[in-house]
Amino acid sequence: MSELLIEEKNIVIPGEEIAKGMDFLPSTGTFREGESIFSKNLGLLEVRKHVIKVIPLKGQYMPKGGDDVVGIVRDIGFSTWSIDIGCPYHINLTVSDAVKEYVDLSKADISKYFDIGDIISVKVTNVTKSKMISLTMKSYGARKLEGGRLLKISYSKVPRLIGKKGSMIGMIKEKTNCRIHVGQNGYIWINGPAEGQRLVEKAVDMIEAQAHTNGLTDRIKEMLEGVKND
Amino acid sequence: MVNKENFKKYVLELYEKNNRPDGRGLLDYREPIIIETGVSKNAEGSALVTIGKTKVICGVKLEVGEPYPDSPDEGTMIVTGEFTAMSSPEFEPGRPGEKAVELARIVDRGIRESGAIDVKKLCIKEGEKVWTVFIDVFVQNHDGNLIDASALSAIAALLDARFPKIEEDGRINYNEHTEKLPINKKPISCTVIKTGDYLITDPNFDEEDVSDARVTVITDEDGIINGMQKGGTAGVTKDEIYKCIEIGLEKAKELRKHL
Repeated sequence: MSELLIEEKNIVIPGEEIAKGMDFLPSTGTFREGESIFSKNLGLLEVRKHVIKVIPLKGQYMPKGGDDVVGIVRDIGFSTWSIDIGCPYHINLTVSDAVKEYVDLSKADISKYFDIGDIISVKVTNVTKSKMISLTMKSYGARKLEGGRLLKISYSKVPRLIGKKGSMIGMIKEKTNCRIHVGQNGYIWINGPAEGQRLVEKAVDMIEAQAHTNGLTDRIKEMLEGVKND
Repeated sequence: MVNKENFKKYVLELYEKNNRPDGRGLLDYREPIIIETGVSKNAEGSALVTIGKTKVICGVKLEVGEPYPDSPDEGTMIVTGEFTAMSSPEFEPGRPGEKAVELARIVDRGIRESGAIDVKKLCIKEGEKVWTVFIDVFVQNHDGNLIDASALSAIAALLDARFPKIEEDGRINYNEHTEKLPINKKPISCTVIKTGDYLITDPNFDEEDVSDARVTVITDEDGIINGMQKGGTAGVTKDEIYKCIEIGLEKAKELRKHL
């Protein structure tokens, strides 16, 4: 006898009982105690068949293996770059993970590959239990993002920014003529005409504020078209 | 900011089309400008000014002190500025830095040079006892244009201030207040920043960050310039200074309506 106590897409608070019985499985943002499943975060409840998830409304990005993220080069070491991907741990990208060719470290100045302030698209390969995080550039799409600017959004709202099968991000790209690269950590790189960049920034702010509401794609579309007609 | 050069390129491209990152015109102030007075219980007068996300609080305290020997019948005034560490990542706790001192000096200059406070009326006993006015400006949140917000909060707090009661035995009773402070003028500061060849008012934090120069013009209601201050590394031509004064006079009129 299993039953769901709260309907899907409702907001739950930490410690709130979501479901009773062993037929449901706790996923991210939830835990099981006894026969019940409780929420860990303040967030939106999501139920996929038997799997229960809570998507936090806000929070710090926690990297996990396989994430494609956008990072900023903060410092250069002897053979590493220190990368900021918006998580609370220190992350180094080593030369061997970043560059395909052979680099003679006794002679080379590695700032010619990436310099401080550069924005890169990079993949998280592994996160250990003690939160040692390794990154790699040897992945499809991993590269230095030339020019452009960085915007930020809460990582939990990235799925909303992308939309179903990329509908939202595709529309924003089309309407603004901007190139946009979204990392799973909530860092967004944009480049393009100034007016388009301004609209992207406005759209991102709108998504950040209204991610939990319905019909957001239509409102964003309206906003992008409305401003253009003025 | 990660990439200042690219951001500057972006804003210049927008300025060329008479547009801003938040959609304003080049010389528009953020709306609404909110002035709340009487926000502090312990101060004789106080005001909280909100321009966009910028928040500045100002408190006026009155104490009895000795006058300066060269002006025995005049009250004194001291302005201090402080950036609380919570207001922006770039501010550290500790004694006021260069920027905070500059801010306080600009606010001080506007009030002192315009003769906003009738200092003769602050005299209690000539040569012995006068009121000392402490104007303390605290930046609560930094999203650009701190100078205008601070100057506005200072004059709003002065207009709100009342004298504490002096008892018969000479003690000051801060729980009871009597008449309002004698304020004659309302000096308003308007800061114009220069980015590239464009003149802009009321920049937000990011716009201010990539600006080249800044000119502050303080004017009173008669259109008299009470003070000016130039900041930033780039030079400003004579024509641009005249343009800044013109903008300053016009914007001061708009800002004065909020008092």
